Amino acid sequence: MLKTPPMTITEKILAAHSGKKWVSPGELLDVRLDLALGNDITAPLAIQAFKEIGLKRVFHRDRVVLVCDHFTPAKDIPSAEQCKILREFAKAYRLTHFYEMGECGIEHALLPEKGLVLPGEVIIGADSHTCTYGALGAFSTGVGSTDLGAAMATGRLWLKVPESLKLVYRGKLNPWVSGKDLILFTIGAIGVDGALYQAMEFCGEAIQTLPMASRLTMANMAIEAGGKNGIIEPDEITLRFVKPRAKKPYKIYRSDREAKYADVREYDVSKIHPQVALPHIPSNVKDVREVGKIEIDQVVIGSCTNGHLDDLRVAAKILKGRKIAPSIRLIVIPATQEIYHQALKEGLFEIFLAADAVISPPTCGPCLGGYMGVLAGGERALATTNRNFRGRMGHVESEVYLSSPAVAAASAIKGRICHPEEVVKKKGFQGSRIQGAK
Amino acid sequence: MKIEGRIWKFGSDVDTDAIISARYLNQSDPKELAKHVMEDERPGFFKEVRTGDILLAEKNFGCGSSREHAPLALKAAGISCIIAKSFARIFYRNGLNIGLPLLESEEASKVIQDGDRVRVNLTTGEIFDLTQKRKFFAKPIPAFMQDLIRDGGLIPHLRKRELKKKE
Repeated sequence: MLKTPPMTITEKILAAHSGKKWVSPGELLDVRLDLALGNDITAPLAIQAFKEIGLKRVFHRDRVVLVCDHFTPAKDIPSAEQCKILREFAKAYRLTHFYEMGECGIEHALLPEKGLVLPGEVIIGADSHTCTYGALGAFSTGVGSTDLGAAMATGRLWLKVPESLKLVYRGKLNPWVSGKDLILFTIGAIGVDGALYQAMEFCGEAIQTLPMASRLTMANMAIEAGGKNGIIEPDEITLRFVKPRAKKPYKIYRSDREAKYADVREYDVSKIHPQVALPHIPSNVKDVREVGKIEIDQVVIGSCTNGHLDDLRVAAKILKGRKIAPSIRLIVIPATQEIYHQALKEGLFEIFLAADAVISPPTCGPCLGGYMGVLAGGERALATTNRNFRGRMGHVESEVYLSSPAVAAASAIKGRICHPEEVVKKKGFQGSRIQGAK
Repeated sequence: MKIEGRIWKFGSDVDTDAIISARYLNQSDPKELAKHVMEDERPGFFKEVRTGDILLAEKNFGCGSSREHAPLALKAAGISCIIAKSFARIFYRNGLNIGLPLLESEEASKVIQDGDRVRVNLTTGEIFDLTQKRKFFAKPIPAFMQDLIRDGGLIPHLRKRELKKKE
């Protein structure tokens, strides 16, 4: 019998979901989906598309997830109307998973937390950061509303098998360096279309020591390099996160050693220090020590990228016993209600409030210039979010810089972008040491 | 299918926030979205663009968010086709899914100038610059996607399939 040629983890998952033993890059597949996701911006159009197909039910009522997170709690009447469309659809089609307010949160933090996305699955979502779930060893990618509408109806979607780009991170992380710094560094190195249409496979000993939160951050920003998906092979850290949450069986896939890659890039992380992406593109990345004196007006710690409990813990560690600069507005946004609750229980809110931060309920809000902290003309923000396009956080003449929560918290204290070491003089902690990620 | 129109030229990495800012995403009416299309990138664009006009860009057009509101707004503003060196993948899917033809041609993206009149043959992928009298060929659209476009997008395509099943 002929042996199946070697495959990457991405290829194996796609093969398994299209009834094939073997697939290769470029092949068009009709893929079976485990989950389809929409939010208050993208789902209204998807629901319209779904209704146009003319089916009486969604493909599986447990496998269509709707989350109101972008402009919620509703920022204005049109936003409230959008949420109403989702709510009524979820009710009419008896969806098991409709989330808003009480047990809600930002979709890409919420779904892993609730165990709705698991290793080995194929997930599509009408949100570009759906690639986040690759951190769990799933194939997960963003699509538009029409694709979501079709997926809700059929449970299937055409996908082209992507080439894989292997990104190997070797060495030991420097103090205050997290997954955010690794992914910013990578985007800086390969560009915003450096992985266009490709699967970004993150591996190497530095990745193996990264806690779940940092891994989610890295996979989350694969789209910022043009990637179709980001993916990390499941290991002990993954299983520790997944096991208590999973309510259905899942499968672990790993890349074959001889699998083919479009390219392999290796990075020595001991040379990577905290990174900052300067306006107006996520690839405009510099070492924080080289950005010069950049004064800021606002700092945002949150988003699907960096609103995890670990992120809030790091920020609290730096902010503890300190006050932010008088000129700074600091907004802290826990990504989900569970993270919010846990942060409260751990006393993190005491630290944030004493530092003069404002704490927002979970929302995408300011990340995309929605609300809850939009910028005026000429203002400058440092954010732990994922995009710094022109006008992303508000006025077209405003500026967004991207960084890790550690750099953001330290910069809020100094009033200018700085290395956390400038605030916490003694030896910092290592990103990899923080465990218990949400 | 043939298209002819004026060229509106843009640069590299035009993101979906630039195409339609999130501040307008609290609703999804294509006609309303069209009023703000490219507003920050090229003020006054909506007032000047005419039905049938063609958008030209360099690499990675439509990067960033998955908002289908971006191709919808362009289409509703009258854009009949987009030619670029390359497209961000979600935008590419979205464009074809809503029946907005997207063509990839590095040479056309370089040579064709803002304001040129261009004729595009979608079946053959031929792009003819009437102003410069030059011809380019776009990468062929995969056969299966041509089916989608012929049916008017993914939803009409699926509806047709469902109807066939019923017969």
